[in-house]
Amino acid sequence: MDDGFSGRWIFEAPGAVEKPLTDSETHKDSTLRQFFFFGLGGIFQTMLQTVALSCSRGERRLFSDISVTVKPGTLLAVLGENGSGKTSLLRMLCSLLSPERGAILWQGQDIRQLKELYCAQLTYIGHLNGIKDDLTPVENLTVSACLAGDESSGALVQDALEAVGLRRSVHLLPTRVLSQGQKRRVALARLWLSTHPLWLLDEPFTSLDEAATNYLTQRLQSHLRHGGMAVVATHQEVALPTNAVQRLRLTG
Amino acid sequence: MSRPSMWETLRGIVRRDLLLAMRRRSDAAMSVFFLVIVASLFPLGVGPEPAVLRMIAPGVLWVAALLACLLSLGRVFTADYLDGVLEQMLLISQPLAVLVVGKVFAHWLISGLPVVLLSPLLGLQFGLGGESLGVLVLSLLLGTPTLSMIGAIGAALVLGVRGSGLLIALLVLPLYVPVLIFGAGAVTSSLAGIGGEANLSLLGACLALSLFFAPWATAAALRIALE
Repeated sequence: MDDGFSGRWIFEAPGAVEKPLTDSETHKDSTLRQFFFFGLGGIFQTMLQTVALSCSRGERRLFSDISVTVKPGTLLAVLGENGSGKTSLLRMLCSLLSPERGAILWQGQDIRQLKELYCAQLTYIGHLNGIKDDLTPVENLTVSACLAGDESSGALVQDALEAVGLRRSVHLLPTRVLSQGQKRRVALARLWLSTHPLWLLDEPFTSLDEAATNYLTQRLQSHLRHGGMAVVATHQEVALPTNAVQRLRLTG
Repeated sequence: MSRPSMWETLRGIVRRDLLLAMRRRSDAAMSVFFLVIVASLFPLGVGPEPAVLRMIAPGVLWVAALLACLLSLGRVFTADYLDGVLEQMLLISQPLAVLVVGKVFAHWLISGLPVVLLSPLLGLQFGLGGESLGVLVLSLLLGTPTLSMIGAIGAALVLGVRGSGLLIALLVLPLYVPVLIFGAGAVTSSLAGIGGEANLSLLGACLALSLFFAPWATAAALRIALE
């Protein structure tokens, strides 16, 4: 590694030309500058912000000095090959993993201090589906909505499952008899019940067919239109209006 | 959007775990069967001498109850850990200790309460009489929640570790010793006619202590396990 660190990343603001950044100092500077120019007001307005975030797993440096800001109505697509640290970054953003260096700010406050208050703002769907095989899709969704503090009446749950294209006939089967794609749909149906402003989705498009991908893209679009934020780790392009999508390419 | 209250969250978790246990009745029944079989084997092995049976009854019944609890501890968090539900549960908008209390309470309802309810029947096999049967039930009623609480710390610590079954026993059994001594002691002293109140109060103290500390310790262990 000639530049002194291996965890590199490239950030594309909406509409910006892709430009590799190898010097970590410039980004630290820009964060500081942003802080001084916009002051507290600027920090509060921007909702989710990472400041010089670094992560290593074992000996390996995955990424370092990531400073990005996710504003209301925008989506941050985290791109990168397998093992480049997308999942680690997402787990950091939802406070499951504590950053090695740097901080994550929600409305200007460190999420390590906000704890449950921050958790109440986010919906996280990891690469594991987080559904119980022994329960039916309806029960799974009711339970997770109840724990997340979303409304979970029978009709809403039925509607959410139908919105991801699960027919009524499978609603009352144990989830273990469903296909991989159907299980993923059950997990994603939580997004139709979610009223949380921040969505953190880890490879949401895996094992989805074209129709389900479209449903999800539309749901993301309407979430962003209503001022929501999303961070999506993916290796395929998200078909959303470019002015709402920022790209972060991890090249660790 | 409204944040669910602590009670709603607690109720949601307990209801979910009970529903899951209903779907997998064999798992829940296993530890109870284990208790019944172990407690029935002792009279067969030791012989029908009533005085001997009455003497060993408190120790045998308590050790059997303790091992039955240990047997079911692996299930408290492991399944949820493997399918990613635990990850989701860590992100609830309540302190993590609430989640732990909910899960431990459900665990006790599934594997502790049946032990308490069955114990008079098992006590009869050993020739325990009226008052000492009552003390046995009471001691288990105070002791088994403590066992579940302490066990949850161990269950959370060994999450994701290979060969966790043996490790959990090594971690948790030393911590079970006081509960075992006070529990069996209560029944023994009631058999000796000096009443089990002192030991029962100590059991109560153990329960209070574990209710206070175990949820936080377990929550910290869960955070480490999921990093």
